[in-house]
Amino acid sequence: MANPILQIKNASITFGDFKAVKNVSTTVYDNEIRFLIGPNGAGKTTLLDAICGKNKLSSGNIVYYNDGQEYNLPKIKENKIVNIGVGRKFQAPSVFSGITIYENMELAAVTNRGLMASIGNKLPAEIRERIDEQLQFIGLYELRNEYPTVLSHGQKQWLEIGMLCVSKPRLMLLDEPVAGMGRRETQRTAELLKIIQKECAVIVVEHDMQFVREVASWVTVLHDGEILCEGTMDEVQNNQQVIDVYLGRGGE
Amino acid sequence: MLNETKAGKFRIQGNTILVTIIFIFLTAAPFFMSSFRMNMFGKYMCFALIAIGIDMIWGYAGILSLGHGVYFGLGAYCMAMHLKLEASGGALPDFMAWSAMEKLPGFWKPFESTAFTLLAVVLVPVTVAAIIGSLTFLNRIRGVYFSILSQALAYALATFMIGRQEYFGGSNGLTNFSTIFGCPIQSTQTKIILFYCTLAALILAYVGCRFLVKRRIGRVLIAVRDAENRARFTGYSPAVYKVFVYCLSAALAGIAGALYVPQVGIISPTDINISPSIEMVIWVAVGGKGTLVGPVLGALVVNFLKSLISEQFPAFWQFFMGGVFILVVLFLPGGLVSIKEIPAKIKARKLKKEE
Repeated sequence: MANPILQIKNASITFGDFKAVKNVSTTVYDNEIRFLIGPNGAGKTTLLDAICGKNKLSSGNIVYYNDGQEYNLPKIKENKIVNIGVGRKFQAPSVFSGITIYENMELAAVTNRGLMASIGNKLPAEIRERIDEQLQFIGLYELRNEYPTVLSHGQKQWLEIGMLCVSKPRLMLLDEPVAGMGRRETQRTAELLKIIQKECAVIVVEHDMQFVREVASWVTVLHDGEILCEGTMDEVQNNQQVIDVYLGRGGE
Repeated sequence: MLNETKAGKFRIQGNTILVTIIFIFLTAAPFFMSSFRMNMFGKYMCFALIAIGIDMIWGYAGILSLGHGVYFGLGAYCMAMHLKLEASGGALPDFMAWSAMEKLPGFWKPFESTAFTLLAVVLVPVTVAAIIGSLTFLNRIRGVYFSILSQALAYALATFMIGRQEYFGGSNGLTNFSTIFGCPIQSTQTKIILFYCTLAALILAYVGCRFLVKRRIGRVLIAVRDAENRARFTGYSPAVYKVFVYCLSAALAGIAGALYVPQVGIISPTDINISPSIEMVIWVAVGGKGTLVGPVLGALVVNFLKSLISEQFPAFWQFFMGGVFILVVLFLPGGLVSIKEIPAKIKARKLKKEE
């Protein structure tokens, strides 16, 4: 059995009177690609937000394991969570448009992100190589000195995923990474995820069922803030409840 | 450099040439200007110093402060208190006597020391900025909310200074200085020395800020400006970077205030209130924010024109200033420094039409 990297224990999240996530428990293991699927409003993004510190839990806990250490994520600040190896990509592509594509990658790749370290300018050869490799992989190497404003929607998604990869997280949280991408781009993102998987665990929220089928190792179906079922894609697809509330409606 | 495009290099060179010309012009100014004009330019350079600071927070980090008069004022009042004590020569400053004060208030005493004053000029604004900055940025107050808050702050300080007649001279402010560090303040020689001190401070500030923005910290600031959340989830703490750059700009404004007082001879609450604070932002916008050289140019040009026009048509300069601001915002969103890009833009538009 692989090592657990993230344990969500009885997590609940409420906004006012509204319970967005109710008593969710699950464990994500190393080198796993976990998909969170479910109809809109099921609480998928809210759960991702709680892992990376953007939302507060109203009860329960989220524990993250890295290098033999245990971290209670709800007690840690967002930027610290990133620095212990949890990377997050939001739904709408968001990159820094005022600096070049290369510089975007640079900010993500450096390991010390404190104020004093930033007054320096050093970029070790090892990191530069990693950036170049990543840029080549996401097909933006030729464009590295341009500003991200020249990129298409799909390319921006990739740049952002590339920025995540180059920061070498142990756990990556992706919110609809292939939204707005064509088939070919989606295909390439699937390949990218398979490569990423070798070095870290990934949690993906996605509606594109073909994409889920291609890369998922384990699927969690959320409905109304609760876990409806968990399993491999095959198991989930044949679950009558899942068909009723989600897949039967054309997979949205 | 590996990651510099040809176009980028060219633009940097253009701005370097411009800033060199400005600094050479200013260095030569005392040789061909009347003492009166030179003194004017000394004042404009103080404004340019503030403008560099505002560009650091606004142009790079995206923090629009409409209350930088506060930091300018704190630096200026610290210096003015020292000059006032020098002028009174041990006696109670004149305005205190008029307000029926009997002895010097305790917090005035340390300002007898030159060293303390020089430190206070920087440290008082920086401390206030650190407190205000931490309270707002750590609580994620930003955008227009921060702007309004900063403006209220300028109003509060000005009102406070007006109300404390016996401590700060009320709405008359602090004036009637005679010497600075022992030199007669009215003599041409002192004026020339002050002029070059200001120029030196301006050059140092420019070079220092230029150094910073070319480092990684400059790119982090731009990242915070463009997508604060993305920066946070890339592992940077936006609040720490913002507080740092806010304090830096407060320090520059404080130094500018300290250099302004001996050259102009007075500091009053009118100079630190909301409307001068907004003018400061206009200099940066007119010159071109996010360029460092733009704000210097903007502060010098706008204030020079303001003096010229107010000498000829005292009633009109405000309309003129408003007009310039509107014209720049509409037709030159990049500010005066982007004028050189216009031919290229026209060319591009022509090409587009031909297609």
